Amino acid sequence: MNKTYYGKLIFELSKSGRTGYSLPESTMKNHSMDELPSALLREKPLGLPEVDELTVVRHYTNMSNNNFGVDTGFYPLGSCTMKYNPKINEEMAALKGFTNLHPAQCECTTQGALELYWEVQRTLSEIAGLSAFTLNPYAGAHGELTGLMVIRKYHEMRGDTARTKIIVPDSAHGTNPASAAVCGLQIVQVKSTADGTVDVEDLKPLLGDDIAGMMMTNPNTLGIFEKKIPEIARLVHECGGLMYYDGANLNPMLGVCRPGDMGFDVMHINLHKTFATPHGGGGPGSGPVGVRQGLEEYLPNPQVVKNSDGSFSIRTNENSLGSVSPLFGNYAVIVRAYAYLLSLGKENVPLAGKLSVLNANYIKECLKEYYKLPIDGLCKHEFVFDGLREEYGGDHHDAGHVTTLDVAKRLLDYGFHAPTIYFPLLFHEAMMIEPTETESKDTLDEFIEVMRTIALEARDHREMLKTAPHTTPVRRLDDVKAVKEPKFTYAAL
Amino acid sequence: MAKVIEGLYYSESHEYVKIEGEYGYVGITDYAQDQLGNVVYVDMPEVDDEVTAGEEFGAVESVKAASDLISPVSGTVVEINEALEDAPELVNKDAFANWIMKVKLSDPSEVDALMDAAAYEASCH
Amino acid sequence: MSYKYFPHTEQDISEMLKVIGVGSLDELYAEVPEELKFARELNIPSEKSEIEVREIIEGMAARNKQLVCFAGCGTYNHYTPSVIPYIASRSEFSTSYTPYQAEISQGTLQYIFEYQSMMAELTGMEISNASMYDGATATAEAMMMCVAAAKKRRKVLISATFNPAVLQVVRTYAKYHGVDLVEVPAKNGATDKAAIETLLAAGDVAGVMVAQPNYYGCIEDFSGLADACHAQKSLLVINSVASALGVLKSPGEWGADIACGDAQSLGIPMGYGGPYIGYLCTNSALIRKMPGRLVGATTDAEGKRCFVLTMQAREQHIRREKATSNICTAQGFMCLYVASYLSLMGPKGLHKVNSLSYEAAHYLHDALVDTGLFEDVYESPYLNEFTLRYTGATPLHELRKQLTAEGYLAGVVADEKEQLVIFAATEQNSKTQIDAFVATVSQRA
Repeated sequence: MNKTYYGKLIFELSKSGRTGYSLPESTMKNHSMDELPSALLREKPLGLPEVDELTVVRHYTNMSNNNFGVDTGFYPLGSCTMKYNPKINEEMAALKGFTNLHPAQCECTTQGALELYWEVQRTLSEIAGLSAFTLNPYAGAHGELTGLMVIRKYHEMRGDTARTKIIVPDSAHGTNPASAAVCGLQIVQVKSTADGTVDVEDLKPLLGDDIAGMMMTNPNTLGIFEKKIPEIARLVHECGGLMYYDGANLNPMLGVCRPGDMGFDVMHINLHKTFATPHGGGGPGSGPVGVRQGLEEYLPNPQVVKNSDGSFSIRTNENSLGSVSPLFGNYAVIVRAYAYLLSLGKENVPLAGKLSVLNANYIKECLKEYYKLPIDGLCKHEFVFDGLREEYGGDHHDAGHVTTLDVAKRLLDYGFHAPTIYFPLLFHEAMMIEPTETESKDTLDEFIEVMRTIALEARDHREMLKTAPHTTPVRRLDDVKAVKEPKFTYAAL
Repeated sequence: MAKVIEGLYYSESHEYVKIEGEYGYVGITDYAQDQLGNVVYVDMPEVDDEVTAGEEFGAVESVKAASDLISPVSGTVVEINEALEDAPELVNKDAFANWIMKVKLSDPSEVDALMDAAAYEASCH
Repeated sequence: MSYKYFPHTEQDISEMLKVIGVGSLDELYAEVPEELKFARELNIPSEKSEIEVREIIEGMAARNKQLVCFAGCGTYNHYTPSVIPYIASRSEFSTSYTPYQAEISQGTLQYIFEYQSMMAELTGMEISNASMYDGATATAEAMMMCVAAAKKRRKVLISATFNPAVLQVVRTYAKYHGVDLVEVPAKNGATDKAAIETLLAAGDVAGVMVAQPNYYGCIEDFSGLADACHAQKSLLVINSVASALGVLKSPGEWGADIACGDAQSLGIPMGYGGPYIGYLCTNSALIRKMPGRLVGATTDAEGKRCFVLTMQAREQHIRREKATSNICTAQGFMCLYVASYLSLMGPKGLHKVNSLSYEAAHYLHDALVDTGLFEDVYESPYLNEFTLRYTGATPLHELRKQLTAEGYLAGVVADEKEQLVIFAATEQNSKTQIDAFVATVSQRA
């Protein structure tokens, strides 16, 4: 690795007089920017770097070497569905016929783009067992917010304005209550039973005419299928509420059991999880929202409709909840998902779900002698360990016990990404593992072997775990300092 | 083992109030600071704010957690512990010496609903 | 059952099932009630080979028409240097997720830190978050930030000179979040500052939001606005076109508390509306009210400088319903676009992009006015976007239809009745191209 560039910021490679761009010479000299009144112009010089093109390329290429992606290795980050991102999808999303379209173009010039949007929404509707989808939301959390707006709009249209509360299980991801709060809903928490599923007896007294609906994911965040879902849906519907399905965990249910058939009315799907679009270091994602029959018109504007002559139109519906994006969301992400759906087809979509469940259960069974499995039995696409077992250094009565953080950091030394840690909050030492269907048995066996080795190290060489990682580009970092001496820009360094 | 001090009043949400005449000093308990870990920020109310028993008056933040502060008493904030603005870690060093706000009590009898040291200690187990 | 994305052999599967203790893949769903199980085949297309996928999607792309672009309104046809998609396609970047494990994510963390530094420079603010979905939602987040900072005030003023598409989104958020969003009227294509002062005087306004350049392309003068807001304990939010900040007075220089907007203009393709990237910048006083991810500098166990996600106690995964927002995204891949674009351009390149766009837009403006078919509407200075009234005999929609057929995107109609059209130009519009366009307009109108 090139030490001159490695570790430096692009600002530190800057030299006045260097240029990284080439632009045409000015040919229209009737006017010049000097005409603008100086009171409207910036005074402070712009502190951007001045670097040549090769310096930029080397800088970012070297930085990419300090990064771990699905293409680098196994990434069992629970709840994030880090499956392989096929490369044909990238090529399709980069076609000029899509990337050169301006949002203001007349629909007569974007028929292909609208057709693709319509096909994806139709395919998702069938997979979800719902009536229609909007692909406009930009991300999973944005989809949640949009879905909750649909629920509020539904009650508003019925003139039922007293429904201001939403029920969320205590095991839910933090985004659920946060989205509800942004949507102006109050959160009512329902407890989990010892087996990690929603406690129906705790739910019953919460139901009333102030309940707008209930948010759930199934399988839940522990990877456990909520068997009582028909009863829960019935109870919530009887009290007048709607059921919201958080699609974060849709992957294992593909083609096996559809949210619409489980009794859900509204849901979102994370295209970057279930439909293999790249996570991009945190975004862009895409969070399509689906609804059952009767709720379609509340979906956000603009909407795409197919006309009787086979052409497509952009429509603004006056009963819509409003708009959550100016146009069709993260369109290029939708193109990628379409390429994926076409590639898999009806034959392989259900197989993806089943193989993801196979992989998760296999790891769970192979490691449960070493790591605490709080809830035994079949899991779906993921499962949660509650840290190392007592005999492998995980006894938390012992002040210096080996924590989940220590295990996670040690995994990095072995070339694996860590699982999701300290979530869900139901356990102190949660370690959430989701292998996905695109990982081979060979990879899983290597991972299992390493996790066993780490357990033995935890028992016999505790200090090695406490100071891990040892071989990564940087060592364990000081996150207290990052908050207490905050530095968010080069200028602040 | 977390420290508990006799003579203070404690809430279930791990705040304490120390009564001096018509004033109460409110902070978080030693148990609470221990659970939170390294405190990096204390969101304090402003002087002259009204606080109500059982309601939020601020928050304490560690690197990976944040917890609302629930006032054990009602009244008017007359002083805040400005030292915590620059050195929030004082809460970790001594939670009882480093109170967060001083309140002029509007209803001193409210403390009767709080726990004493023994009851609080028992509740932490 | 062999399939290219699934590495399992029949033997692998049977060995794994044996370890798990079940007899078949279907038995892995034993606990799912039978009546919930999906019994038929999915009614979606059959598996396609890569050749077929390419044929289908390339066919769709070909059914779209790429137009010569003279439109803006939030999406600008600036040039993306070839280096950018090349860098962004490094799959170590694109196939990673939010950098939770900082030790193996320094690449993502560092480019986000660079992005934050660059956006803080452009906006003249102290801090930038690690990005939002787009400009519209960033503006909505800024509105919610005003309300959160003000604690008891629920009213936010927004200028009528905002892009209506952005206004729609902000209105939707306001409705569901319970914000009293009040529109400030426009006067001669600019925000009516006197109207703002009257509304502020009620003392119940949490924030004031204005746009620069505004929807009509006008560069507004915000002198005195920050003082007027601060005198009434309101926050000032300025939404700007990111690339324009290379030359225009920055939100920080105007005295804004929050700067927000879309950074699509910094090297991101028009892409039929997305993905783009929203930016949100503020000063340290408001940091704990800021939504979204934030990357900070720190040191590792050996004292080496490194970067990490920080101030996470504001966020949904810790604060749940008390979080500043439900945002989980850091638009990482687009941050990389912006960071590499600004690295290549530097201060001089960005200045040149603006000056070429300025010259092209003014040349286009004069040429259109010279046809006698268009007239000026507003007097304000503009950068690369301007509004004209069409006065020709051919109906406006008919003219635009013909221009579309000729391969032109002839601006955006801002007001059908008033026949107002907003045109934009960038460094990608050459003199030859503009001359040809104006000639076509003259012929058809």
